[in-house]
Amino acid sequence: MAPAIAVAGLVKRFGSTTALDHLDLTVPTGEVHGFLGPNGAGKTTTIRILLGLLRRDGGTAAVLGGDPWRDAVALHRRLAYVPGEVNLWPNLTGGQVIDLLCALRGSVDRRRRAELLERFQLDPTKECRAYSKGNRQKVALVSALASDVELYLLDEPTSGLDPLMEASFQEVVRELRAAGRTVLLSSHILSEVEALCDRVTIIRGGRAAETGTFEQLRHLTRTSVVVETAVPIGASLPGVHDLAVHGNRAEFSVEAGRLNRVLEELVGYGVRSLTSSPPTLEELFMRHYGDSAAPAADARPAGVR
Amino acid sequence: MSALTGTVPLVCLALRRDRIALPAWTLGLAVYAGTTTALWANQYRDAADLVPEVTMTASNAGIRMLGLASGASVGAYTMVRNLVLLAVLAALMSIFAVVRHTRQGEETARAELVGAAVVGRQSGLAAALVVTAGANAVLAVTLSLAMILAGQPAAGSLTAGAAVAAVGLGFTGVAAVTSQLASSTRGASGLAAAVLGVAFLLSGIGNMAGRVDPSGLRVESAWPTWLSPIGWAQQARPFGGDDWRPLALAVAALLAGAAAAALLAARRDFGHGILTQRRGPGRASRALCSPLGLAVRLQRGALIGWSVGLVGFGAVMGGLAGQVEQTTGSARDWYLELGGGGQILDAYRASVMQMAGAAAAVYTVQALLRMRTEEAAGQLEPILATGVSRARWVASHALAALLGATALMLLFAASMGLAAGAALGDPAGQVRAVIGAGLPQLPAIAAIGAGVVAATGLAPRVAVAASWAMLMASVLFGPLFGPTLAIPGWVRDLSPFSHVPRAPADPVTAGPILALVAVVAVLGLTGLYAIRRRDLALPA
Repeated sequence: MAPAIAVAGLVKRFGSTTALDHLDLTVPTGEVHGFLGPNGAGKTTTIRILLGLLRRDGGTAAVLGGDPWRDAVALHRRLAYVPGEVNLWPNLTGGQVIDLLCALRGSVDRRRRAELLERFQLDPTKECRAYSKGNRQKVALVSALASDVELYLLDEPTSGLDPLMEASFQEVVRELRAAGRTVLLSSHILSEVEALCDRVTIIRGGRAAETGTFEQLRHLTRTSVVVETAVPIGASLPGVHDLAVHGNRAEFSVEAGRLNRVLEELVGYGVRSLTSSPPTLEELFMRHYGDSAAPAADARPAGVR
Repeated sequence: MSALTGTVPLVCLALRRDRIALPAWTLGLAVYAGTTTALWANQYRDAADLVPEVTMTASNAGIRMLGLASGASVGAYTMVRNLVLLAVLAALMSIFAVVRHTRQGEETARAELVGAAVVGRQSGLAAALVVTAGANAVLAVTLSLAMILAGQPAAGSLTAGAAVAAVGLGFTGVAAVTSQLASSTRGASGLAAAVLGVAFLLSGIGNMAGRVDPSGLRVESAWPTWLSPIGWAQQARPFGGDDWRPLALAVAALLAGAAAAALLAARRDFGHGILTQRRGPGRASRALCSPLGLAVRLQRGALIGWSVGLVGFGAVMGGLAGQVEQTTGSARDWYLELGGGGQILDAYRASVMQMAGAAAAVYTVQALLRMRTEEAAGQLEPILATGVSRARWVASHALAALLGATALMLLFAASMGLAAGAALGDPAGQVRAVIGAGLPQLPAIAAIGAGVVAATGLAPRVAVAASWAMLMASVLFGPLFGPTLAIPGWVRDLSPFSHVPRAPADPVTAGPILALVAVVAVLGLTGLYAIRRRDLALPA
């Protein structure tokens, strides 16, 4: 089966700035895919190209087997979208907006709509101008999730939600996955991505920096080790970084694939205790953005200015 | 910390934000006043030309609605033609400025950032009032200078500048109050604009119901005019007595408005208005759930407002139809030239329909620019992410705007026809005749609407300015103002209004109508093609 989203070498320029620089992104059908990156990395621009709101300048993009620009309308009936910044009509109520967007997409499932309103504790009779950011976000979420479609494009859908609502959201996404739906979830919240996603793509400066399952990503990086030895570690070890020795205790990180060799060396010092921990997603993330996020900073988020 | 702490930096911030808008308003109004005054000074060098013209403006009740005659001097004549227009524009400048620096800041949460700093509760309001009052003071000076440069006496020019600025000050006070009452920018501006509409009607009715003094050159107004800031400006009689005392009423209105606004501001929560939010329906009606339904819903408020205004305007103009037969001299010539000659009553109908057509065109531009607003503010994004194509979205807005403009013309015609029927008899015949005069305006209105679509497609970033400029040019170059402003014929031909058959005085022929429809098709399809091909200009 063709993947739900297949993007290769995607390029998008706004004037002289390059927002997307040969981005690759593949999301197989039925997967919940995390789309991670700092502000301005090009997440929103990518999603807007997948929706046919922006035109790509190069590369290929296929959504549900169709061309997102040419087949926009036909594709939109099969997907639902939550924008990152939700702007609604101030004089319509939340309930009216939900019905309107569902109707324009296809049809409203009344039971599902009522259930989601309940789960997200949203009052549909208030005018949108009276909603807080979190409540506007809920209006967009309910209108997207109340639609029975194949693909959900969610652009930072939980910004502004409280932890309780965040939990409701995670529950709904798990149900979608169980039902075999595909979800592209762009997010800043690493715990959310870790809890929900099968695979992630990390985007930086308009290109995919890493992609794969968490296991695969962790393999690419170093393992942290804390070890207590009978004899203080004197010499440097192969494949070891950031070695800090405090008497008999040492902390360091080991390159992927060198762990076995390092353990052999350690035996010679007389290991008393050893803890090793896989890198957390935060560490992964920081490794990609922390040191030199500068190149990504000038890339525009999305839209033409 | 007092309630006014931080006012000075906020004034500086407001001045920085308005560094283009306010100079543009004040200079634009002064340039307009100066050039038109110079034009008329040249046209009426001879008193023999001026006296009959002033007599006409004093005797014609319809023109009294729009300007108050105060004597046979060029300066006084310019006040008949310009004072109400300048006063309304000064009021709009003030309303927009006050709302921009009070309610709009709260709505966009900009004021939240500022309010959390070392800033007093009332300082935002105080800064808005200081800046707007200052802009009106500058306006008074530039207007006076422009009129003096156009060769008018200094005393009258100063009174004229002060009178226009006084109306601006009065509406500064009005907008300060409406910004506290309404909880949205649109609501605050709308309420203040409604007050302006009522003020215009009161001064107009007061002047219409007034009487002409024995010289035949000066109108003494009836009491309703004293209820209106525009009336106060007229009663200052620039170039016709120069009495500044009525202007004190405008200053009093500003102070009262400021005090009321300060009291209201202390009694409400940040971001909320005094008029509370209503709850609405929790479900959308079937009618709303289509692109056309949404477009109609978004344009509904403006359409209702315009309907009320045009029905009132139609009733006044219809009621005046009874006096048209007796009109003589240059007023008769004006109608005959504007309305296409022949029967004076037919010419009158055609002339009035030109005005209604211009008003409906303003509505059309306003309604269609909603497309650009939705795109820039991001409401368009979720719509176009559903099964709605760009073409269907544009077509829905265009159809809703065209239906709205048609409804406005029909309502105006019905109201004018019924009022004319009450004055002259045969209401049904009158309504038929007026509708026949009104419908030929629609292709010209549609041409302007298609221009807005083209601008939105081709140049989204400047579409708003380009659309209004196009409308202004079409009205100024058209039959209403083109001949008076001595615009060359080929420039006048650029205005779609110049090609509208002046029914019922002239026959309605297919040629010009088909040409206008062709322009609509070319501009509309160009805009549609461009919108389908370009990136959406969405917010970041």
